[in-house]
Amino acid sequence: MTRTFSGLLTIALGATLSLAAVQSTRWQHVPARDHAQANPLASQPDAAVAGALIYKEHCQQCHKANAQGDGNKRPSLHSERLRTASDGDIEWFLRQGDLGHGMPSWSSLPQAQRWQIVAYLKSIQ
Amino acid sequence: MFRKAIISSHTIIFCLPLSIYTIGRAQEKPYFVTYSHDLEEPGNLEIETKTALARPEGGNHYGATAMELEYGTRAWWTTELYLDGQTTPQDSTLFTGWRLENRLRPLMREHAINPLLYIEYENTSGADKTILEVTGHDGQTDLAESNGQSRREHQHEAELKLILSSNLKAWNISENFIAEKDLSHAPWEFGYAVGLTRPLRSAAGSRECTFCAEKFITGIEGYGGLGDTFSLTMRDTSHYLAPLIGWQLPRGARLSFSPGFGLTDTSLARVYRVGLAFEFAQFGNWFHGSNGGGE
Repeated sequence: MTRTFSGLLTIALGATLSLAAVQSTRWQHVPARDHAQANPLASQPDAAVAGALIYKEHCQQCHKANAQGDGNKRPSLHSERLRTASDGDIEWFLRQGDLGHGMPSWSSLPQAQRWQIVAYLKSIQ
Repeated sequence: MFRKAIISSHTIIFCLPLSIYTIGRAQEKPYFVTYSHDLEEPGNLEIETKTALARPEGGNHYGATAMELEYGTRAWWTTELYLDGQTTPQDSTLFTGWRLENRLRPLMREHAINPLLYIEYENTSGADKTILEVTGHDGQTDLAESNGQSRREHQHEAELKLILSSNLKAWNISENFIAEKDLSHAPWEFGYAVGLTRPLRSAAGSRECTFCAEKFITGIEGYGGLGDTFSLTMRDTSHYLAPLIGWQLPRGARLSFSPGFGLTDTSLARVYRVGLAFEFAQFGNWFHGSNGGGE
């Protein structure tokens, strides 16, 4: 009985550590050139305000008005992953999406608007 | 009396989306014939009417409307149902058929050129004049027949498209290659559509507005037939060039307009198109007890 419990605990711990490793390495998929890109609109004070409007129009339906997600498949955007990401990482992710997990590609938005969303997301961290 | 019937049928076609309009978010290119690689967001339902107004040589003016119900099944898969109708003054108003299509994105990453596969089955009559694509040797003589004659012809067609599309900064460039086959007896017919769009301003303003430049998307599309397997030639094929403008209305609705100009004798001289779209966010969740729309 104790051995079964220890086995289950080891599996659970292993799975948690693997998940954490996957989460922390997520941005490692971002090409170096994209990762290094700074937000060209970062110096514009209105960029985050405009980004909030774009967020409301396109992102809020899934990630909710407070960007907390739905606690299920739509993740919160107040997260360590976003805090540690570079501007370029986030812009790359918005452009690519994660189609296999339900996040659409936002390459359909003009690049300037994706940078405005990046400014907004950084401002709420 | 007849005129009244036409007006009421048009009123129903145009006002149905308005009457059920609650939450709308639409951000698509104002193409009428060309497809880009933009797919519907998963769980969202878009309802759009696409109306074509034209007069073929030797025929009457007509208005043909396709009502499109587009659902984001997955982030990489969009399903659409079209319901087509047509009205010709001094003739009749009729339902002309339906189409079911699927667009699938085989590559999960964004590339310089993004391929999409399009598969469609259509069950329409010969009276369908929506001109959602031009293939083979389609021409204005097909559109000049009376509804009484043309409705007797039934078309069960399969259509395949290879959609190639690129988003570069604020521009979209799309190319579609079309192969269509009547499932009974006819040869494979081929066609193409190409398009280019760009918003008037790429960055968004910091205030909500209706008439700002970023709310308007302009562009141009060209489309036409490329013959069929019996006669793989450009002779007697139709080709059109059509400027486009799309206006992102408040609450996410979208209005599009495009005057198209025929480039060959086989083509219609002009075809005017009007589109009106509404998007229902997270429609799939309506049946799971929670509206996914952001509050």
